[in-house]
Amino acid sequence: MSATLTPTTAPGSATAAATDRGHWYVGGAMTLVGLYALVAFGLGSRTDDGAKAVFNLNLLGDQAIKVPDLTVPAGPTAIALSLVCVAVGVLRLAVRLTGSRRTAATSAYLVAFVAAFLVWATSGHSLNFTSVLNATVLAATPLILGALCGVLCERSGVINVAIEGQFLVGAFAASFFASVSGSLWAGLVAGCLAGGLLGAMLAVFANRYLVQQVVLGVVINLFAAGLTGFLYERLMQANPEYNKTMAFSAIRIPVLSDLPVVGPVLFGQNAVFYLTVILIAVVQIGLFHTRWGLRTRAVGEHPTAADTVGIKVVAMRYRNVILGGLIAGLGGVWLTIGLNITFNKNMAAGQGFIALAALIFGRWSPLGAVSAALLFGFAGGISVSLQPLETPVPTAFLSMTPYLATIFAVAGLVGAVRAPAADGIPYTKS
Amino acid sequence: MSEQATPAREAAAEPAAGGGEPPEADRFRRLVAQTVAGPPWVVTVLAIALALVVGGLLMIISDPEVTDTFGYFFARPADALSASWSEVSTAYAALFKGAIFNPDAAGSLTEALRPISETLTEATPLIFGGLAVGLAFRAGLFNIGGQGQLIMGAIATTWVGFTLDAPGFVALPAAVLAGLAGGALYGALVGWLKAGPGAHEVIVTIMLNYVAFLLLGYLIGSDVFRDPDNPQPISKPVADAARLPHLFGDSLRVNAGLLLAIAAVVFTWWLLNRSTLGFQLRAVGANPSAARTAGMSVGYGQIMAMTLSGGLMGLVGMSQVLGTANANNALTQQIDAGLGFTAITVALLGRASPVGTVAAALLFGALQAGGREMQAAAGVSIEIVTVIQALIVLFVAAPPLVRGIFRLRGEGGGHSGLLAKGWNG
Repeated sequence: MSATLTPTTAPGSATAAATDRGHWYVGGAMTLVGLYALVAFGLGSRTDDGAKAVFNLNLLGDQAIKVPDLTVPAGPTAIALSLVCVAVGVLRLAVRLTGSRRTAATSAYLVAFVAAFLVWATSGHSLNFTSVLNATVLAATPLILGALCGVLCERSGVINVAIEGQFLVGAFAASFFASVSGSLWAGLVAGCLAGGLLGAMLAVFANRYLVQQVVLGVVINLFAAGLTGFLYERLMQANPEYNKTMAFSAIRIPVLSDLPVVGPVLFGQNAVFYLTVILIAVVQIGLFHTRWGLRTRAVGEHPTAADTVGIKVVAMRYRNVILGGLIAGLGGVWLTIGLNITFNKNMAAGQGFIALAALIFGRWSPLGAVSAALLFGFAGGISVSLQPLETPVPTAFLSMTPYLATIFAVAGLVGAVRAPAADGIPYTKS
Repeated sequence: MSEQATPAREAAAEPAAGGGEPPEADRFRRLVAQTVAGPPWVVTVLAIALALVVGGLLMIISDPEVTDTFGYFFARPADALSASWSEVSTAYAALFKGAIFNPDAAGSLTEALRPISETLTEATPLIFGGLAVGLAFRAGLFNIGGQGQLIMGAIATTWVGFTLDAPGFVALPAAVLAGLAGGALYGALVGWLKAGPGAHEVIVTIMLNYVAFLLLGYLIGSDVFRDPDNPQPISKPVADAARLPHLFGDSLRVNAGLLLAIAAVVFTWWLLNRSTLGFQLRAVGANPSAARTAGMSVGYGQIMAMTLSGGLMGLVGMSQVLGTANANNALTQQIDAGLGFTAITVALLGRASPVGTVAAALLFGALQAGGREMQAAAGVSIEIVTVIQALIVLFVAAPPLVRGIFRLRGEGGGHSGLLAKGWNG
């Protein structure tokens, strides 16, 4: 056990040192970016001459409560929002904020920056903001499910890099079994089970054969990509009846779905989405307020101590990794029959890795991961919505933001990021 | 997944299982066990065999015509068995013909050499990539960012390749070096983030893979790179002078990239086993605390390891652009061909040693070359090759599993060349 303790102590001190410097780095960077926003968004030519930005806030035409369009003068609004960014940056330079104050400052900064950007981008055009939010939710749902899977696995001490593979097998199984049986629910169950099977594979190789878990995840991803690609070409390509376009229909929750702006986005989605919302609550409450959660965290932080008080470490890890697989499988279900898309080779397209990024960015906590997934989903949703606005910003750079944000996070620029202490270290009794 | 018996459990179950089986099988098994139980290559060979068997099973269960014959298996079992046999044997015969030797085309020398040429062509980038991942492994780092580094290498190579108007002896080395530098810089960034702020290299490299991928997509559509004469999103082709020459005539694809790969093997072997820097890298990988106590700079070692590893990955991108892998000798969005990840499996199979990497790259190159023939001649999707490769590595990484399936006794089976390490380590 002493051998496994040494590597965890050394980086701990390194991150502490990084946070000391981080205070200057972050404050300086925030101020500079804020000033850049002021020049580029507020004083640029796009917002000149009293150009207006129009935000449409109704998702559907038949909305019960209609909201009038929000029209703002682009230049002054962007300048005001950029100044908020600069102010927060200067605040970070001047004062060392900790805890919830720092989170509040960072959130205010992000909101102001994104709003300034949106006003600038929409200047002279109109943008349906509710549809951006809707795209955000649609893009974030699989990321949330993947990240929740990661939370279950990694909180109990097993690194899961195979979320991408679990998405793929889940998506394939969901589309295949839904098409063959004609029942969407059969597809959903099959998709979850496929993800769970891959989770079981991960659990066995990680816990019984002690294979290095990152390596294992990479190999399982290759396996899943090859398997689904092979079965797709073998079964689905020639027979479209094995790969039908099917989807859960939207369930509009009465009253709530009529709320302006958030109503249709949060209460007008399909069953898989509501299941996701329930899972967020279950994992968050389960992890921090139940015996199972306490044991899971104990096993992930200090398995030896957990073992001495009678917790079955390896059994706990098996159970959580398989449960996680079921949840990631649901993420795969979302990609096909949740979004009304037929299965295609490699259709997960890196979303499993963004889910992993969301997990890390959210610091291994369910709600943190959900926030990160929503943030990353917003980056995805907005890059689609911006295309008709003819902004000079290439969408490729917007799509990069989740990845760059995660690098900044693990580099300690956004505060210390620490994984569960025993994450990735198999438990063997000696 | 029913046969995952650990050696201990398997030993306990042995008397019961042995009693019910014919004695010849038992004797054969004991013979196998006695002759080949020890060395690790046995596990590798058995892992390859197992993976091919699983691949065959997958072909059988996914073919409706064959599964139909299993519907009346008890009435006419011969139908089902012969259908299965012909399915699998046709596919694997095509695999062999495409990878090693085709008896049907033995008429001309060129045709006889073509399968080997294809195998070597496919193996070239895998050698670079396997060396890259293996080198980082030896320094205790897991370079999962091959995709990104090879894309950056390919971008740099392509840019030099189509801008530099010079004779071959200038243009080709310049383009090769550009690829090396592109990958090395991208790798160095990871090393620096690891050594300085302590960011875990796995997380950073995964993220940088997608940054590079998106940058590639942007560049292909940009005015600097985009080929105006081509409706497809593709870059301008590199100049003829900068391309890697064919080694044995224009009809065989094997090219000078192979010679560079061999040079890279020799260099990496020398670096790891004979140079001071290599010793330092291995010390940092084996025990960072001890290396630090001995006065070595762990951070310097990590940065150097990632720079060299990234440079070798950049050469993968270089060979993708300048070699014969794509007919246009230009950048496309698919230029990476998943090689960054395949390279990881190559390095694992080669146990992170330069010589082992060459063997593993040849094996996977042969599977890739044969897989294309299998798709063309037997109609079995080449995707099965990825499944087989992944299974080989999984089985090799878990020696007790293979020994359990074949009922071999052996010493625990060692580790897969990698120590378990968490995000914090």
